[in-house]
Amino acid sequence: MELPVASAATASLQCSFLPRHGLLGALGHAGRERRCIKKVLPAKITAKFELKPPPYPLNALEPVMSQETLEYHWGKHHRAYVDNLNRQIEGTDLEEKSLEDIIDTSYNKGDILPAFNNAAQVWNHDFFWESIKPGGGGVPSGDLLRLIERDFGSFPKFVDQFKKAAATQFGSGWAWLAYKANRLNVGNAINPCPSEEDKKLVIVKSPNAVNPLIWDYHPLLAIDVWEHAYFLDFQIRRHEYISMFMDKLVSWEAVSFKLEQAKAQVAEREREDERKRRGEEEETFTPSEATTEEIYPVSDADADAL
Amino acid sequence: MELLATSATTTSLHYAFLPRKGLFGTPVSAGTERRCVRKVGPVKISAKFELKPPPYPTNALEPVMSEKTFEFHWGKHHRAYVDNLNKQIAGTDLDGKSLEDVVVITYNKGDPLPPFNNAAQVWNHDFFWESMKPGGGGAPSGELLQLIERDFGSFQKFSDEFKAAAATQFGSGWAWLLFKDNKLAIVKTPNAVNPLVLEGYPLLTIDVWEHAYYLDFQNRRPDYISVFMEKLVSWDAVSKRLEQAKLLV
Repeated sequence: MELPVASAATASLQCSFLPRHGLLGALGHAGRERRCIKKVLPAKITAKFELKPPPYPLNALEPVMSQETLEYHWGKHHRAYVDNLNRQIEGTDLEEKSLEDIIDTSYNKGDILPAFNNAAQVWNHDFFWESIKPGGGGVPSGDLLRLIERDFGSFPKFVDQFKKAAATQFGSGWAWLAYKANRLNVGNAINPCPSEEDKKLVIVKSPNAVNPLIWDYHPLLAIDVWEHAYFLDFQIRRHEYISMFMDKLVSWEAVSFKLEQAKAQVAEREREDERKRRGEEEETFTPSEATTEEIYPVSDADADAL
Repeated sequence: MELLATSATTTSLHYAFLPRKGLFGTPVSAGTERRCVRKVGPVKISAKFELKPPPYPTNALEPVMSEKTFEFHWGKHHRAYVDNLNKQIAGTDLDGKSLEDVVVITYNKGDPLPPFNNAAQVWNHDFFWESMKPGGGGAPSGELLQLIERDFGSFQKFSDEFKAAAATQFGSGWAWLLFKDNKLAIVKTPNAVNPLVLEGYPLLTIDVWEHAYYLDFQNRRPDYISVFMEKLVSWDAVSKRLEQAKLLV
């Protein structure tokens, strides 16, 4: 996944799936499927979200996830979320914002505004298609595996827990693996895993359109457990769908990549926080308030006098 | 739907779909699909919920609602709720209670206990099958129509509002017509929540969980809702429930 190019004119901006935090000041804005069209003076930007295709053909996940499912799930459901979102934000102050910003704003501390469901579902589905790949499954490796073993005990234990979360999200929703490196007070929502332990992997489940961005977490992997995700292929057998997802669909490369990005963002945010903190300290320090003794350097002349 | 017989022994008890309020002092428990087996003394009652079939064959709503949908929706989903509920309450103090009691108790004022989802979904699906009939649809009549016109302005306006509620229940859930404070009202509820816990008397429901319509309509929920109103709703059942609800006020 490429980072946005600074001088994008009429090209679509491709951006990796990152929460907005840490992208402020990064090249371009974190808008997915957004075509920013700059015209000759006066500069006018029209921004409209577009339906981004999965990074593989619609039949590529057969026989686990049928082409028919992709045609409905991506071609109808996901498309409808995009179209409805564009209609909802047109002419409003949300129109110029990135997708993540819209999610953040419209979550509105849990008293969700109308655009939230569509915006979050656009984001969630983009993320979902990127979480899977043809010939997926297997096991992770490297740093991701190390953290999984550290935070869940072992890879099989992680798998069991993730499957259980996905199976027990009653009604419509999602299950997530996320990297939690956040402040306890996330401001916009109640942190579901509040603890001093930070920089660790967590599994969370969420109803309907809710996603971990609102808790200031960094999503790494998602499974869609709305019935439309599996009904054509598995009908009522959600457990089987979840198992197949883990065995044959998960893209551990994508998960590893997101983990690296998450860690980089966290590090950047910590540096920013540190800079801010130092900046504030410098501002509050003035000479008249100095409590230390003035120390005059001893000159050679003084030394001679002694 | 018959009212309860006072001297039921080994027959299955059928009961109108009414909330428990007002049922204190009525003959026996308001459990549907419950087989109370009385043996010669000492009296022993074992109570296990059973999966009640719809009041028509599973292919009777074709082509609007396919037999295949029934096989899954009733034969698998509804059956699973019944089986899981029985497993959850066996040997607990919920065992032996009526379904409505289990629903209200486990709702726990909005902080639901584990059996709530299954109990409410058993009740909801029983109620849903009874809300429809082959050759349904059309328009209500009599007092029901009068109240609809009084409380919504017209049948058309009621229909539009009911369809809008069903279409805008985001995620999984239900839309309901209910009788509350002597007026008709439309509500939509998420997941398993139903009017028993909202202090209203349910009269009609439509299931808008995706499993209810995905095989026949895929993502076209508005089409499913329209067809439900035009061809499936049993206004007879709704009218009968209204009569019973008024008795309990």
